[in-house]
Amino acid sequence: MLTLHHSSPLFLALLATLAVAAPQAAEPLRYNRDIRPILSDNCFSCHGFDPKHREAELRLDTAEGATADHDGVRAIVPGDVEKSELWVRLNSNDQDEVMPPPKSHKKVTAAQKEVLRSWIQQGAKYEPHWAFVPLAPVAMPKTKQDGWARNDLDRFILARLESEGLAPSAEAARETLIRRASLDLTGLPPTLAEVDAFLADTSPQAFEKVVNHLLKSPHYGERMAVDWLDAARFADTNGYQVDRDRELWPWRDWVISAFNRNLPFDQFTIEQIAGDLLPQPTLEQRIATGFHRNHMMNEEGGIIAEEFLAEYTADRVETTAAVWLGQTFNCCRCHDHKFDAFTQRDFYALKAFFHNVPERGVGLYSNPIRTNSPPFVNLPAPDIEAKISGLNASTKAVNEQLTALAAKSSAGVEEWARRVATATVAWEPLELRAASGGDAPPRVDAAARVVQVGPQETRANTIKIAARLPVGRFTALRFECATTESVASFQWSELKVTRAGEKKQPLKMRAIAVGDSLAATETVKALDNDRKTRVAISVKPDQAAQAVFELEQVLIIDNTTAEIEIELGVENANGPSRWRVLSTVAEPHVLAPTHVLTLARKEEAKRSEAEKKQLAAFRLSQQPENRKLSDQLSELKKQVTAAEAEIPTTLVMEEMKEARPTFMLMRGAYDKPGEQVTAATPAVLPALEAGLPHNRLGLAKWLVSPQNPLTARVTVNRFWQQVFGTGLVKTSEDFGAQGAAPSHPELLDWLAGEFIRSGWDVKHLMKLMVTSATYRQQSQLTAVLHDRDLENRLLARGPRFRLPAEMLRDQSLAASGLLVGKIGGPSVKPYHPPGLYEQVVAQRDNPSATYRQGSGDDLHRRSLYTYWKRSVPNPGMMLFDAPFRETCTLRRTRSNTPLQALNLMNDPTYVEASRFLAQRMMQEGGSAVDARLTHGFRLLLARVPKPAELAILRAAYERARADFENDAAAAKALLAVGEAKSEAPTNPAELAAFTSIASTLLNLDEAFTKE
Amino acid sequence: MNRMNPETLHNGLSRRHFLSRTSTGIGAAALASLLNPRLFAATQTPHFAPKAKRIIWLTQAGAPSQLDLFDYKPGLASQFDKDLPGSVRGEQRLTGMTAGQKRFPIAPSVFKFQQHGQSGLWLSELLPQTAKFADDLCVIRSLHTEAINHDPAMTLLQTGHQIGGRPSFGAWASYGLGSENSDLPAFVAMISRPSGPTNAQPLHERMWGSGFLPSRYQGVRFSSGKDPVLFLSNPPGITNTRRRAMLDDVAALNHLKLDEYQDPETQARIDQYEMAFRMQSAVPELADLSKEPASIFERYGPEAKKPGTYAANCILARRLAERGVRFIQLYHRGWDQHNNLPTGIRSQCHDTDQPTAALLGELKERGMLEDTLVIWGGEFGRSVYSQGTLTKDNYGRDHHPRCYSVWMAGAGVKGGQVFGETDDFSYNIVKDPVHIHDLNATALHLLGIDHLRLTYRFQGRDYRLTDVHGEIVKGILA
Repeated sequence: MLTLHHSSPLFLALLATLAVAAPQAAEPLRYNRDIRPILSDNCFSCHGFDPKHREAELRLDTAEGATADHDGVRAIVPGDVEKSELWVRLNSNDQDEVMPPPKSHKKVTAAQKEVLRSWIQQGAKYEPHWAFVPLAPVAMPKTKQDGWARNDLDRFILARLESEGLAPSAEAARETLIRRASLDLTGLPPTLAEVDAFLADTSPQAFEKVVNHLLKSPHYGERMAVDWLDAARFADTNGYQVDRDRELWPWRDWVISAFNRNLPFDQFTIEQIAGDLLPQPTLEQRIATGFHRNHMMNEEGGIIAEEFLAEYTADRVETTAAVWLGQTFNCCRCHDHKFDAFTQRDFYALKAFFHNVPERGVGLYSNPIRTNSPPFVNLPAPDIEAKISGLNASTKAVNEQLTALAAKSSAGVEEWARRVATATVAWEPLELRAASGGDAPPRVDAAARVVQVGPQETRANTIKIAARLPVGRFTALRFECATTESVASFQWSELKVTRAGEKKQPLKMRAIAVGDSLAATETVKALDNDRKTRVAISVKPDQAAQAVFELEQVLIIDNTTAEIEIELGVENANGPSRWRVLSTVAEPHVLAPTHVLTLARKEEAKRSEAEKKQLAAFRLSQQPENRKLSDQLSELKKQVTAAEAEIPTTLVMEEMKEARPTFMLMRGAYDKPGEQVTAATPAVLPALEAGLPHNRLGLAKWLVSPQNPLTARVTVNRFWQQVFGTGLVKTSEDFGAQGAAPSHPELLDWLAGEFIRSGWDVKHLMKLMVTSATYRQQSQLTAVLHDRDLENRLLARGPRFRLPAEMLRDQSLAASGLLVGKIGGPSVKPYHPPGLYEQVVAQRDNPSATYRQGSGDDLHRRSLYTYWKRSVPNPGMMLFDAPFRETCTLRRTRSNTPLQALNLMNDPTYVEASRFLAQRMMQEGGSAVDARLTHGFRLLLARVPKPAELAILRAAYERARADFENDAAAAKALLAVGEAKSEAPTNPAELAAFTSIASTLLNLDEAFTKE
Repeated sequence: MNRMNPETLHNGLSRRHFLSRTSTGIGAAALASLLNPRLFAATQTPHFAPKAKRIIWLTQAGAPSQLDLFDYKPGLASQFDKDLPGSVRGEQRLTGMTAGQKRFPIAPSVFKFQQHGQSGLWLSELLPQTAKFADDLCVIRSLHTEAINHDPAMTLLQTGHQIGGRPSFGAWASYGLGSENSDLPAFVAMISRPSGPTNAQPLHERMWGSGFLPSRYQGVRFSSGKDPVLFLSNPPGITNTRRRAMLDDVAALNHLKLDEYQDPETQARIDQYEMAFRMQSAVPELADLSKEPASIFERYGPEAKKPGTYAANCILARRLAERGVRFIQLYHRGWDQHNNLPTGIRSQCHDTDQPTAALLGELKERGMLEDTLVIWGGEFGRSVYSQGTLTKDNYGRDHHPRCYSVWMAGAGVKGGQVFGETDDFSYNIVKDPVHIHDLNATALHLLGIDHLRLTYRFQGRDYRLTDVHGEIVKGILA
C-alpha cells in the first residue's frame, strides 16, 4: 500500500494494533520476520540483488555484503551498533548522508529503527529468504488447551492464539456452518433437505458427513475452477482491439472435471503445462494445455507479429512464475529483480520453454470467421461427423455423374475445337446513357462510352448505369476498368444486368476467362449475391482489368435497340476508375481463354495427351449439365465447410520440431535482442533434475518436484485464501522479499508438506481445512478481537467476508430454484444491459458488435459459464471485483460500493430471482405468512429468522401487500420482469409483495456474505 | 440520509478498520471520503496546494491529425507528392498498413491555418469555435508515445502502460483524492460515436478501469438512455417510495446484523445502500438536460439535443463539474483517417469543435476554468505522408507516434502558447519533447499530487501512474 513508512502517529498507532507484525519482546529478532521487510522496502532497490542499480558497491541483502569492509567502514558490525555505518546513516541529520536519501521518498520509522538496532545488537544474523528454504519436517506445537483441536492444523492456530493470550471462538451454529461449507466447496447454498438432515444428525461425524457429501458434488469442481480461471486468465475473447471470440471452453470444462476427479495437483500441473509432450497424449491431456493459450491475442491490422509474440511468451513466463512459484517475474523482463534473486537471464531462459509453439503473433482468421488461431484441436462431435460423412457420400455420387458426363462430352471435342479455332470474336462498347449512386455521382462520357466511378467509395455503394444494346444476338459481356490516376483500387462485390422491363429478372450469366481477363474464380464473386465476397481490383493507366461473363441464354434483340440496366456493387474505392461495358455476338461456347484457343488451333495429331485432356476439360466445363453438377458439388463443399466449422475446437500448446531461438531482450523490447539463451530454470532454485528434458515437460515436472520449495507452499496458501479469505501469506501472488511474511510459518510448511505427502491430494487438503476447529468457529467480531486482530489473521474467529461475484449470482439462482445445473459447454449469454457494446466496440468486421442475449436455460446457468468478453466484461461480474481476465489474477479485491447495491436491487437477474424465490415461499412455505417468510429466509440463508427479523419482514410484507393491492398495475409490472414464466398467480398483489420481500432478502448483508 | 453517528461504536470500528487496511496518507483519507465525504473533509489534503480541483479530459479516440489541426507546416505546400526524405524517416517503425508502401509521398494539409487571439496561436480552419479561446489554450506540439497501434496506445495514455492491468488516470485521481460529492462517483466516463461514416476504433473498459486498485476507484460509465448509470433505475412497479421503504427494511435488518457481528463491512454496506439511493435521484437530475435553457443547446450546437452525442456529453461534463465530480472523461471516437482524411476530419470537427468551445466558454463564464483542467487530444498523431492515393484534395494518413499535438486549458496552465516544436515535416521533435508520462505527471501535479508519491503496492512493487518515468513540464504551467 501507499507510503507504508510515514512516521505519523497514525502509523505508530497502527503498528501497535497489528498483533501479527509485532515481535514478541522476549523472543530474539528474526531476519526474515522482523528485519528483511524493513530492509527490502527501504534499502534493497539500491543496495540489493540487482548489480546494475547497486550504489556504492554495497549490498545489504546478504551477510557478506553487509559486513564487507569498505575502506575501514562496515555497514553492519554485528553486535556493535555504534560502529555500524547503517545505524549512523539512518540517524544522520545531514541531507547528503542520511539514508534512505530524501529524494527516494522512503522513510524508516522510529519503531523500525529500534528493531534494526536490537537486531544488530543481537548479532545481525541473516537467514535465507523463508520461501526458498527447503521444506523440512515441522514439529507439532505444544498447546495448553486440550480437546479444542480437531486436527493438526488446529494445533498451529491454537498455539499461536495461546501465545498471543487469545482464545478461540465458540463453534458456529449448524446452519451457519453448513451454509459456509456449501458455499466454500460448491459455491451454492445448501438445500433445505441438506440443512434439515444436518440439523437432525446427532452423530459426532455429522459435519464430516456434510463435507464428504459436498466434496462428491459435481458442483465442487465448478466452485474450485473459478479461482483457477482467474489464475489462468480464462476468457471467451482475444482481448485486443476488435476483441473477437475464441474457443477455450473445453479447457475450462477440463479444469472442472480435473477438480471433480481429484486429479492430483502435480498431475494437474503437468498436464496443463505439457500434456502434449506426455507419451501418447490423450485428447484430454492436449486440451489441458489450453492453460497457456489463455493469454490475450492481438488481431489488429498493422501490428508487428514479433512484438506480440514477445508479449504472449512473456505472459506465459509471468503467469507460470506467479501461479506456481509465487514470484513476480515481470520485473525481470527488463532487468535483474531488485528485491529477489532472479535475473533477467532467468526470465528469458524460462521464456525459451514457451517459445516453441507453432503460432503467429497475430490472430489468424479465415472467412467465414473461424474463431481459433492455430494450434488448436477438434473435439469429437459425432452428430456433425455423421452429417459430414453423409455429405461426402453425396459428393461421391455427384462426382460419378460428372465422370460419366465427361466421357460423353469428350466425343464432341474435335468438332467443337474447330469452331473455337475458326470463330471471330468482336467486342463492341455499349452506349452509356446515365449513371447514379456512389459517394459522388459517377460521370458518364457518352462519346467515349465510359463511366467514371469514384474517386472515393467509402460505403457499400451500388452504381447504376443505364446502357443500350443494338439489335443482335448477344452471347457475352465484357467489363473493362482503367484509370487515369497513378493507381486506383476498389472492391467489386456485385454485378447485375437487367433488361429494361424485366426488372426482377437479371440476366443469368457465368464468369469465364477469356484472353487476359481476370480469373473466373475471382469474378464469380460478383455474381454470387453476397456483398461480403468481393473481387479486389487495382488498376493503373497501363494496366486495365477485364472481366468476361457469358450469358447463359443468348440475348436476342430484334427490331429496335434495348435498354439495359447495369448495377455494380463497389466499395472501399480509392482513386477514380473508368469503366466500359462491351458485348459480343460470337457463336455460343466459342469464347475461350488464350491457352484454350491456342490448343484448339493446334492440329489434333500434334496435341499431347495432357493438352487433349485440357481441351476436353474446358469443353466439359461449358456443358450446362456439367454446370449443374458443378454447382451441386460446390454447394456440397460449402455444406461440408460449414459443418466442419461447427465442430468445436479448443486452443492447445504444441511443440515445433525445431526450437525457435530465444534471445534476451534488452529492456524487454522485442526489437532489441541480446545474447541467445536456452531453456533453463531459475538459477537460485534447485536445478532441473538430471534426466528431465529441457522442454515444457521437464519444466512441469520440476515445478512439482518435492525439492521445489515454492510450489506446494504457494498452492496450499491459495487454497487457504479461498477458504479463510486471506492467505497465511497475505500476498498470495508474491512470495518474494517484497511479499508479506507468513502469519503462521510453521503451519504453512506443515500444510505444504502434508499436501505433498498426501500425493498432492486437493480434496484431502480442502477437507483438512474445512473440518478443522479453526474453520468451524463462529465469525462474530468482539471488542478484543477488533483491537487485536481486525483482519482475522490469527483466526480467533471464523472467516466472514463478501461472496465472490459468481457466488452471489449463483446463490440467488439456486435459492429461487431457477438455477440450471448443467455442467460445462460453450459459454452462455445471460441478461445484460442493452447498448453497452455498441458504444465502444468496433462495428466493422466484428461478428459480436452487439450482445445477443441467450434465452431459456442460458439465462440461468452458473456464472462461471457467463460469456467473458475482455473489452466489455459482464458488468454484474465486474461490479463485484471479478478481474478483466487480461492477465493472471491470484487475489481479488473485495469492495463494497453503491453500484453493487444498484445491481442487486435492479438487475433483471435479481428481480426475476426474487419473483421465483417468492413463488417458492408461497408454494412450499405453507399458508401462514410467517411460515412463508421463514421459508424464503432459510432457502437463502439456511437459518430461521430471529423474532426481531421476522417482525421486520412481516411488517414489510403487510405494507407491500396492501400497497400492491391498491396498485395492481405496479404488481403486474414487477411480476413481468424477466423471461422465465412463473405460474399465473391467483393473487398478483400477494406474489408481488413476496417478490419485494425476496428482493429485500437478496440485498441483506448476510446474503452478501459468507458468515 | 446519512445514518452514521460519530459517537457510536460502529463508526469507530469502521473508521479504524479502513485505516488499518490502507495505511496512512492520502489513500486512506480518500477511501474514507468515498464512503463518507464529510468524514475527512478537514484533513483530506493533497501533497500540495492544487491548482485544479477537477479534470475534464476530452479524449479524441482514433488519433486526430496534428498536421491538419494544430501543427502548422506552411513549407509543406511546395512538397506535394514529393517523397519524404529517408533522413527524416530514419528507422521509424511503420504499422503493417504502410510498411509495404513503395513511396511515402508528402501530403500537405488542405486546410488553411490562421493566427488567433492576442497570442497569435496558429490553428486550422477546422476549429473556428475553439479558436475563439486561443488565448486560453496551451498547445503541446511535441507529445510523443511508443505505441503505434490504437489499443496499446490508448491503454498507455490512460494507464501509463501499453498492456492492460494498471489503473487509469481517473482511478489514480480518485484513489488519491476521493470524491467531493457524496451522491456521485468521483470518476465518470462518457463515450460518443462519430456522426459521419468513419471507422470508429473500439475502446475497452480497461481504459477507465481501476487495474489493481480496488474496483471502487474505477470510472463509472454514463450512458444515454434509461439508465445513465448501469442498473440505476428501479424495476417496473417499484416506485421511489417503495424503494425507500425496502431500503429502510434492509437497513433495519442490517443493523440487527451489525449489533450481533460488529463487522465494519456491515456498516459500510449500510452506507453504500444509502449512497445508492442518493445516486438514484442525483444521477437522473444530473442527466436531465430538459431544464437547460434553449440558449445552451444553441451554444453547444445542433447535436446537443441528441442524447449520447459529444455535444450532449459536453453539457453533462459541465454539470458533473458543477457537482464536484473529480475526473470527467469524454471519449469521442472516429479520428482514424487512414484514407479520405479531409472528409473524415471535417465530420469529426463538426461533431466536436462547437461543443468543446461551448464547454470552455461556459466554464470560463462561471469562473470554473480557474480550477478545472481541460485536456483535448488522442493517443498518437498521424503521418505527413499519404497512406493510399494522394490527390490534390484527398489523402489518408497512417499512425504516427513520434510527435503529435494536444491542448490543455484552465487551472494552472499558461494559455495562449505553443509548447514544443517539430521538424518541417511534423515527423520528429526538435524542441521540448513531452512524453505521455510527462503529460500525466503534469496533470497530476496540477491536481496537487506528486506523481512520485502516489503509489500502490502490488505484487511487491510500488506502482505509480508514470511507471518509472515522468517529468513535470514546467513550461506549460502558469
